[in-house]
Amino acid sequence: MQRPSGLLLGVTALVLAFLTAPMLAALWLSFSPTELLRFPPPGLSLRWYADFFGNERWVLATRNSLIVATATMMVATALGTAAAIGLHLGNFRARGLLVALLTLPMVTPFIVTAAAMFFAFSTVGLAGTLPGLVLGHTVVAVPFVLITVLASLSTFDATLLRAAASLGAPPSLALRRVLLPRIWPGIAAGAVFAFATSLDEFVITLFLAGPGQFTLPRQMYANVREYMTPTILAAASLLFLASFAFLLLTEALRRR
Amino acid sequence: MAETLPRTRAALAAWDGRDLPPEAAFAALADELAAALEERRIGDVSQRLNFEQPGMRALLLRTARAAPRLAAPYAQTLPALDARWSEAETWKLIRRAGGPTTSLYLLRAVDMTRTPDGEIRAVAPDQAVFVTLFLRTLWVSLIVTVACVVLGWPVAAAIAALRPPWSSAALLLVLVPFWSSVMVRSTAWFALLQREGPINDALLLLGLADAPLQLVGTRFAVLLATIHVLLPVAILPMVGVMTRLDRRHLQAAASLGASPWLAFRRVWLPLSLPGVAAGGAMTFLLAVGFYITPALVGGERDQLVAWFIAQFLNRDVNWGMSAALSVYLLAMAGAVIALLRVLTGGVTPAGVRA
Repeated sequence: MQRPSGLLLGVTALVLAFLTAPMLAALWLSFSPTELLRFPPPGLSLRWYADFFGNERWVLATRNSLIVATATMMVATALGTAAAIGLHLGNFRARGLLVALLTLPMVTPFIVTAAAMFFAFSTVGLAGTLPGLVLGHTVVAVPFVLITVLASLSTFDATLLRAAASLGAPPSLALRRVLLPRIWPGIAAGAVFAFATSLDEFVITLFLAGPGQFTLPRQMYANVREYMTPTILAAASLLFLASFAFLLLTEALRRR
Repeated sequence: MAETLPRTRAALAAWDGRDLPPEAAFAALADELAAALEERRIGDVSQRLNFEQPGMRALLLRTARAAPRLAAPYAQTLPALDARWSEAETWKLIRRAGGPTTSLYLLRAVDMTRTPDGEIRAVAPDQAVFVTLFLRTLWVSLIVTVACVVLGWPVAAAIAALRPPWSSAALLLVLVPFWSSVMVRSTAWFALLQREGPINDALLLLGLADAPLQLVGTRFAVLLATIHVLLPVAILPMVGVMTRLDRRHLQAAASLGASPWLAFRRVWLPLSLPGVAAGGAMTFLLAVGFYITPALVGGERDQLVAWFIAQFLNRDVNWGMSAALSVYLLAMAGAVIALLRVLTGGVTPAGVRA
């Protein structure tokens, strides 16, 4: 297959259209001046975005989402980076097992992770609390941090640390001045991953959030079931643009 | 159970299981049920027993309310209140439920139950829902996986074969939906599938339908939206494998006189199989535990195991059932991972989020 055949390109174009069209359609409909979800919308307006930012419930949900995502990002990045550094520099037999264990939440059905966390957190009184929710999101966010940081560590030459030590730098200084400046793009990409994961997370939130703790996905879910308005599409479009920005950010970090 | 009825449990432990338990058990039960009702602790016990044997809730509540008025010997006054207290089965049920562990939920999750004598048999046909549910989950997941692999393979192959600016552009079109949230994309589908929505408009315009169809709440909607949501998950591992393939194999095949179709079938396809296995397995893993999309665009009859886990946890407060269903779901996922490791020789795809 030196050059892709016309058939292959045609099928690919169709599948890519199928992949992108629904989101573009929803994006367009969110600018509709009427409540009807008809195509094409009879014009363009920011009515539903004004509704979104003027509605207390949506604003509160956005704030909750940002709080949980920021907290998750900080905890998951700290834990994931520490684990990755330890796993990379350490020389012990259970290394592969530990990586498998830490990335297990990626291949476990989300609903099972969520239910298991609900049972565990209920027994210690963490279910329905903000720390509980952040911890729950952290569990599914850590694997992404771990993997991105491990990837950037794989290009790091560990002899540099030994050189630093031989020059008299204590480990903490070597870590700060030698290791971190070289792997920070990986850590930053991991942090973006963690933030995005938490922002999108729904199933764990469904089980672990308290009655008043509405995040954006939870608010969207509640509203869709109740009454579908273009305001929900405005919320979806904002989240979509956020994830698009995250994608560009990680791509830029990958290039560094 | 053990906390609410400790003395009843102790008294029943000494019972040989024939005839009826000793008076001490009757007395302890009446006393402890009344106390549990007083302190509002009776709900858990009555729900637990009612799940195993419908009607137990009413029996326990009735007994608890009447207990303060009853007098010894309870072995006569309790059966006088309700004839079920003179049946050994009722007492065996309580004794069995008092144990620290029970197989009840694990059995019920595969439509089996235990008779009071401890025999395992299938539940009544009208209660048998879970085997159908697991088969439906398996079936939907398989369809979604096959569709994602079949639709995704050409995209991955094209991305691997295209030259730089075009390959990055195509990859971006896969990455954007991959990064955007499942909830956002499911919501978009929900809007598009409305009775007055764009999909119905298109169907009418193309003459494929005479009147707007009810699309939300159908199996078709679930499959369509789930395939859309999981397609990037299938494509990305395949892209990873295919871009790393040695193109010289194909040139060699061509130089040896193989037609493009033969080269594709005998060289390109087998070489890309690890990617197909990884992408397919990842898609299947996410599909068996899928919650959001079916919950949003599906009807009551299209829900998968995940939805029932959530229902038992949040609505019915039946933790035992949701834990049992989770265990089977986890076992299904574990089996897929094990199969994948065997097929690909220990390479698991990483970097996939959903």
